[in-house]
Amino acid sequence: MNIDLKPTAGRVASADLPAEALREEVESAVVRFAGDSGDGIQLTGTRFTESTALAGNDFATFPDFPAEIRAPVGTTYGVSRFQINFGSRVIKTSGDAYDMLVALNPAALMVEFAGMKNGCVVIVDSGAFTDRNLRKAGFDANPLENGALDAYRTFAIDISKLTLDSVKEFGLSRAQSLRCKNLWTLGLVYWMYDRDRAPTIAWLKQKFAKRPAVAAANIAALNAGHAFGETAEMPAGTTGFTVAPAKIAPGLYRVVSGGEALAWGLIAAAHLSGLKLVFSSYPITPATELLHILAGLKHFGVVAFQAEDEIAAACAAIGASFAGGLGVTSSSGPGIALKSEAIGLAVSTELPLVVINSQRAGPSTGMPTKSEQSDLTQAIFGRNADSPVVVIAARSPSDCFEVAIDAVRIAVKYMTPVILLSDTYIANAAEPWLIPDIEALPRTPVAFRTDAEGFQPYLRDEATLARPWAVPGTPGLEHRVGGLEKDYDSGHISYDPANHQRMTAARQAKIAGIADDIPLQEVECGADRGSLAVVGWGSTYGPINRAVGNLVAEGLDVSHIHIRHLWPLPRNLGDLLGGFDQILVPEANAGQLLMLLRSEYLVPAEGLSNVTGAPFRIAEIEAAIRARLAA
Amino acid sequence: MNDVAPAPALSPKDFASDQEVRWCPGCGDYAVLKAMQKTLAEIGATTEKTVFVSGIGCAARLPYYIASYGFHSIHGRAPAIATGVKLANPELDVWVITGDGDGLSIGGNHLLHVLRRNVDLQILLFNNETYGLTKGQASPTSRVGTRSPSTPRGSIAGPVSAVAFALGAGARFVARSVDTAQAHLPAVLIRAHQHSGASFVEIFQNCIVYNDDVFADFTARDIAADAQVLVEHGQPLIFGKEKNRALRLDAGTLRIEAVTIGANGASKSDVLVHDETNLALATMLAAMKPPDLPVALGVLYCDPAPSYERSVMAQIDEATSRMPSRDLNGLLRQGHTWTVKA
Repeated sequence: MNIDLKPTAGRVASADLPAEALREEVESAVVRFAGDSGDGIQLTGTRFTESTALAGNDFATFPDFPAEIRAPVGTTYGVSRFQINFGSRVIKTSGDAYDMLVALNPAALMVEFAGMKNGCVVIVDSGAFTDRNLRKAGFDANPLENGALDAYRTFAIDISKLTLDSVKEFGLSRAQSLRCKNLWTLGLVYWMYDRDRAPTIAWLKQKFAKRPAVAAANIAALNAGHAFGETAEMPAGTTGFTVAPAKIAPGLYRVVSGGEALAWGLIAAAHLSGLKLVFSSYPITPATELLHILAGLKHFGVVAFQAEDEIAAACAAIGASFAGGLGVTSSSGPGIALKSEAIGLAVSTELPLVVINSQRAGPSTGMPTKSEQSDLTQAIFGRNADSPVVVIAARSPSDCFEVAIDAVRIAVKYMTPVILLSDTYIANAAEPWLIPDIEALPRTPVAFRTDAEGFQPYLRDEATLARPWAVPGTPGLEHRVGGLEKDYDSGHISYDPANHQRMTAARQAKIAGIADDIPLQEVECGADRGSLAVVGWGSTYGPINRAVGNLVAEGLDVSHIHIRHLWPLPRNLGDLLGGFDQILVPEANAGQLLMLLRSEYLVPAEGLSNVTGAPFRIAEIEAAIRARLAA
Repeated sequence: MNDVAPAPALSPKDFASDQEVRWCPGCGDYAVLKAMQKTLAEIGATTEKTVFVSGIGCAARLPYYIASYGFHSIHGRAPAIATGVKLANPELDVWVITGDGDGLSIGGNHLLHVLRRNVDLQILLFNNETYGLTKGQASPTSRVGTRSPSTPRGSIAGPVSAVAFALGAGARFVARSVDTAQAHLPAVLIRAHQHSGASFVEIFQNCIVYNDDVFADFTARDIAADAQVLVEHGQPLIFGKEKNRALRLDAGTLRIEAVTIGANGASKSDVLVHDETNLALATMLAAMKPPDLPVALGVLYCDPAPSYERSVMAQIDEATSRMPSRDLNGLLRQGHTWTVKA
């Protein structure tokens, strides 16, 4: 079906039908907005997300944008996308194929063909489908005319013209007026999903408070798009949709991105431990957001330091920890590589340090705006010599909050670097979050050493094997630390062979012992033993969990194990894995957790790799599970 | 600000750690260590509030020999570590010990930025024009033609001037002294300590094993007086055994020239007077070298500006005073929220 909707005022449609009768109830939907980098796609997606939250749906989002800040107009590589999966059921991923695609130019349609479901609702701005734009996007013929969209419910609407008409009265330039096109489209999508426009209107008024004409024009465009749906300029038989509120745990919710949850988790951890947060970072995609957020939270006493390079960022964090602060540094894979010598210094000096890696596709510069989880072995092993650290990974945007608190707890208690793995997807995505009560979280106040009696800088606590944290300014505890090997007892420089053997073992034992201070591994979904365990970590949690859940519901013998603590691994993980005939490890890398599990537990695990830069689709994991269970 | 106590509470000996000093016999570093311990006593430092941070190299061993807090870090990174120390606790008195390879080669970037930020540190760069700890390769301050294991036919690259680099980086305090100058060096270190902000001191330090006497052209006992000018703020730039040599500005070429007072029409009234707040003069003094001109020692430049960590804390204080409650629960509940009912 390909409906060309000309903006003819006289069109007669099923206006006599009550609006509700036109609505089809759906359990969940995947909507994808796509357009030029300058079309305001991310803003559109963010506003739609807010309306989704307020409608009481569960959801997950996936912003996907080019690395170029302003890519050439109309090109396929300049297409910016925003995907949201929302529903009345619990949502675990940003969704596989789309139920609705909004394509604001031919290039957007070109790159999205592969992702659409049969019967997908496609809304295109026919006004942008000019010969020139079609050529730029790589179309030989106009897909609106040659039947290329026959498998979909296509609404070709001259959104550009309708937008210009709707904002005429505000005296904006043509370029400024066209910039309201995304709001017009959003208005129509709001109508399609029966959404309240009021919060978006309030937001526009606030955002453009100093430019009332721009605010008014955007609001007018939003209303015009909505009216276009509501006043039944849509063809007969067109239905909108309703999605009922989701049944999720009661309480106060907000939308949270991975960047926000990490930032707030770090501040909460500093608060709970009574330390001053010294966050030190160097700009790099996609980790920079964290620096921006923390730089704006000075009123919480946060020091957010933009260092001259990645190495300095790590070193300043180490210096801060030496002086009794909570030193945290953040980057993405290439930046972490630069920090590795400094992380080794923190291993040797046994100082707390939290290193956050928002992983992106590599090697080298790779694909800076695309997600991957390929820095796992770098995190666990990526330093010279035997330099063990703790590695933990967040599984979703909101999970970052808890993981940040856990990372700080371990770093401070055990005087060790902790590497916290996030990724592009988690950093940029957003989901609803049941807001915790900070005061209800356990406090873990840090006790610096003050007693000079019997003090030796490397004398270890018997239980944790941590050395004392004795900070400059404390009388009687003056001491020197450094990257040279230390004597086990006195902490003085030592080249003694037996001592180095002992210190190497002590550093290993300290990290290995942390396995007693993390939860035992549980099975997320499915039985505790059986035919197939699907083991994952990080942001693959959602698709794996949904895939396994779907197949468990079908009666298949499959279980999902999700590992948060990647080093040291949970004590019972080996036994747990031993209870399954087969092990499948889906990863957004070439098989790094796979290698770890095989080498640690000598289990016959198999990998499933996806390094396309896009998240795993539920369907591809389901297919892999079925294939193994059928074998 | 570095507070100076009225009377020294501790003696130089009190700043010596229990560690055996392990530099080569005759190394200039011994002299610097001695001057350093003397300085700490003079300024009334306490061992608990003093922190020495170093990178890697012979000079970087110095923190082990001082009975304060110390951090022997990794190659070139001491300025970054020290910046973190000051950001966590601005009350600490932090000294950075670096060398020509550590500070101007592998750590050049950090030195540049710590100076332009003006973090309140005393940064001591021991310049011996060689990589001593790795057995004598040419360093970034080595003169062209330096023969070394890595440059057997003589080094090709021109040297960097530590003080010109510091001035170019925006340092607000730049000074220079010599390892064995046991009166001059502590005086310079005391001035460096008094200065609020980053204080940069280049110390010409003799490496007796790999680069012995490399500075003899201006430090040798018999010629030092004629080959050095000890600059002092407000004082005419006079030098020489007979105190009759002086620096004069040639207005036609904008160059400094050395003249003998009373000869060729040079009179006392022509002599340049040192103004340590004058960046242009400091830059010219920094560039002087034998044989035509004496090496300028002392405080070449001192023009204080607010220190980085104080400004950082001021911004934080200003922000917290506006929102004194620090309500974390409030932060998490800012913006749109909604309630899901049971």
